[in-house]
Amino acid sequence: MIEPSAYLLLSAILFGIGVVGVVTRKNVLIILMSVELMLNGVNVAFVAVGSFLGDAAGGVFAFMVMTVAAAEAAVGLALLIALYRLKETIDITELKVLKW
Amino acid sequence: MVNGILDYLWLVPALPLLGVVLNGAIALFAERPLLLKEAGLPLAGGHGAAHGSHDDAHGTSSHGSAHGHHESPAYRKLVALIAPGVVGAAFVVALLCVLSLASRPADGRTFVQILFPWIQAGSLLVPAGLQLDPLSSVMALVVTGVGFLIHVYSVGYMSHERAFARYFVYLNLFMFAMLTLVLANNYLLMFVGWEGVGLCSYLLIGFWYEKQSASDAGKKAFVANRIGDFGVLLAMFLVFWTFGSLSYTEVFAKVPLLRESGVLTTGLATAITLLLFLGATGKSAQIPLYVWLPDAMEGPTPVSALIHAATMVTAGVYMVARSSALFLLAPDTMMVVAVIGAITAIFSATIGICQTDIKRVLAYSTVSQLGYMFLACGVGAFTAGIFHLVTHAFFKALLFLGSGSVIHALSGEQDMRKMGGLRKYVPVTFFTMFAATLAIAGIPGLSGFFSKDEILWQAFSSPHGSPVLWGVAAAAAGITAFYMFRLVFLTFFGDSRMDPEVEKHAHESPWTMTVPLSILAVLSVAGGWVGIPAVLGGSNFFEHWLAPVFHPVAAAGAHGAAAAGAHGAQGAVHHPVVLEIGLMALSVAIALCGIGLAYFLYRVRTGKPDEIAARWPNLYDVVYHKYYIDEFYEWAVIRRIVNFSTGLWQMFDALFIDGIVNGAAALVRAAGERVRRLQGGVVGGYAFSLLAGAVLLVGYILYRSVVQ
Repeated sequence: MIEPSAYLLLSAILFGIGVVGVVTRKNVLIILMSVELMLNGVNVAFVAVGSFLGDAAGGVFAFMVMTVAAAEAAVGLALLIALYRLKETIDITELKVLKW
Repeated sequence: MVNGILDYLWLVPALPLLGVVLNGAIALFAERPLLLKEAGLPLAGGHGAAHGSHDDAHGTSSHGSAHGHHESPAYRKLVALIAPGVVGAAFVVALLCVLSLASRPADGRTFVQILFPWIQAGSLLVPAGLQLDPLSSVMALVVTGVGFLIHVYSVGYMSHERAFARYFVYLNLFMFAMLTLVLANNYLLMFVGWEGVGLCSYLLIGFWYEKQSASDAGKKAFVANRIGDFGVLLAMFLVFWTFGSLSYTEVFAKVPLLRESGVLTTGLATAITLLLFLGATGKSAQIPLYVWLPDAMEGPTPVSALIHAATMVTAGVYMVARSSALFLLAPDTMMVVAVIGAITAIFSATIGICQTDIKRVLAYSTVSQLGYMFLACGVGAFTAGIFHLVTHAFFKALLFLGSGSVIHALSGEQDMRKMGGLRKYVPVTFFTMFAATLAIAGIPGLSGFFSKDEILWQAFSSPHGSPVLWGVAAAAAGITAFYMFRLVFLTFFGDSRMDPEVEKHAHESPWTMTVPLSILAVLSVAGGWVGIPAVLGGSNFFEHWLAPVFHPVAAAGAHGAAAAGAHGAQGAVHHPVVLEIGLMALSVAIALCGIGLAYFLYRVRTGKPDEIAARWPNLYDVVYHKYYIDEFYEWAVIRRIVNFSTGLWQMFDALFIDGIVNGAAALVRAAGERVRRLQGGVVGGYAFSLLAGAVLLVGYILYRSVVQ
């Protein structure tokens, strides 16, 4: 039996890697992947705590997040392709038209 | 219908208002498009060169000459019918009302007609109401009567004027405002009329507004009057604060009561009356606010006759007489009124000596005669003041209309140095003006003699009076006789000094002008016979007629002596008849001296006036320039105000106010300049901010839970 704190630690590490990826990377594709990483970090925490407390709600939430993540990835990639067609780049530091 | 014709009193001001509406419609919809069309065409289009130059003369002076008539559009005939018609009808209604009032017993001659509730605010209840009593009936008859004659005269005088309908709209509006002023039953409604006549005065002085001097004179009159109106407003606040009402009957009825209970102290009465008198000095052109009246001569001459001689400028006298109950409680104010009146009378009379513009001589004469009226009020002889107001309205209106007729005959010439020998050209004007000159000079038997002598006698004998006041007033009377005869001699006698071109066209005026002159001449001669004093065997009907207005009031006042003074005939009881007759003879002698001097200087030794002026050049210069009062005001008041305003504009407006407004904008702009850097457009930056915010929030919550 692994300690519940180990799961939470894994969850935190995954989430942290995701955050760093979102903040530091310039490639939109990588950023989307990092977002997936953050969501999955949260999923680990849901499932672990659910299993630890014997409550199915944790697992249900994890599936919910996966569904949303799938939808999000689909919409995000579609936007990305549209963006690439327009600007011929997926570097977000180049995409800074929306500013004062 | 218990009151009979008196129930129709509201028609008296309403009829001129009807004239305003009708003539206003004509002016707006018939005359204005026509004038605009004319103005749109360069030099009056197809009228030809001769007509073109004639139109130019109209543009600058508009006095016009007999030749070169414009074809008269039909609307002008309508205006010429409506404008005098409504005023004449108002006169008839006023006359019937006054006759109906006269049939009542002497103590019941106050008729108040409440028309509608006007202002209701808390305890301030002011209905729009009219009051006909002996005082306001005298005023109403003078205003409508003289006003009607001047309207008729105007039809002739303004016949060459393009803005004919506009002129009569203003004139009718003036009649409405003036009748509101004299017939109002409370101070506030009187003030509406007071401001209304001020507005009309402004509009009519600046009637030829293309002329810079006329437009300036209008503004000067308006501003000088506003200074006085400020006093009237404050006085009204004080009256309402003290009496809780603004209606004449209520206020004056409460005077004895509040006097006894100590609410109405002498100081309070002095404050109210001094403020009212400040208003009177503005409206009636007394020192220190008289400067606007001579400049007001820029207006058309009938306007000078109606507004600036016969009616509006006497409004101050009317108001003081109307408030006699309050004035009698304030001996200090009475003294101020008398002294200001006497000084104004002699001061402006001396200026009149050296003026060369015929209308300006009359203007200073008007200021001087108004001074007499205030002198009378100041010594408690309100009846004498109102009596002089009436006779002055007759003879001064006549003098102005006569001078207008002369100006009309001479195609706009106003300089007496370019007149002379006019007697044979304008005989009717000459005879009527001569009658008025005899009247104003105080020749026995004519109207001016009775009223002026009543004032002189009261100035001497009344408890408020003194021999000094008598002396000043008598000297002013002598000067008046001198400058009036100077005017007549320079204008009508001697050799012609006219421009030959002007002399060729010199003509007597049409009947619309000579008939009013003749009627006014009769009134100037006979108008004084209603007030022949007892000492000369008269019954002094005028005194008895006004007695209900002034006497119960005077008797109720604390100053019993003042009451006796106001009685005139009763005041004479304390003085021997010989004294009264003697002073009368003396004042006549002084007037004759003035006439004799004028005859000597301007008929016998015509070179003498220039010699005298040459011998004392400085004195002549000072008097000729009206004692440099205008220049003094310019330096002492106007420039100060202009400098102060300029300072306020540059310091306060430009720096402070604009500084706040611009500063606020600059602050927001500078802040935005810095804050906009937060929105860099780089998504990573936003994500980092989001993260930092989340970390801070979570950290704070954790910190709170750990601490607790």
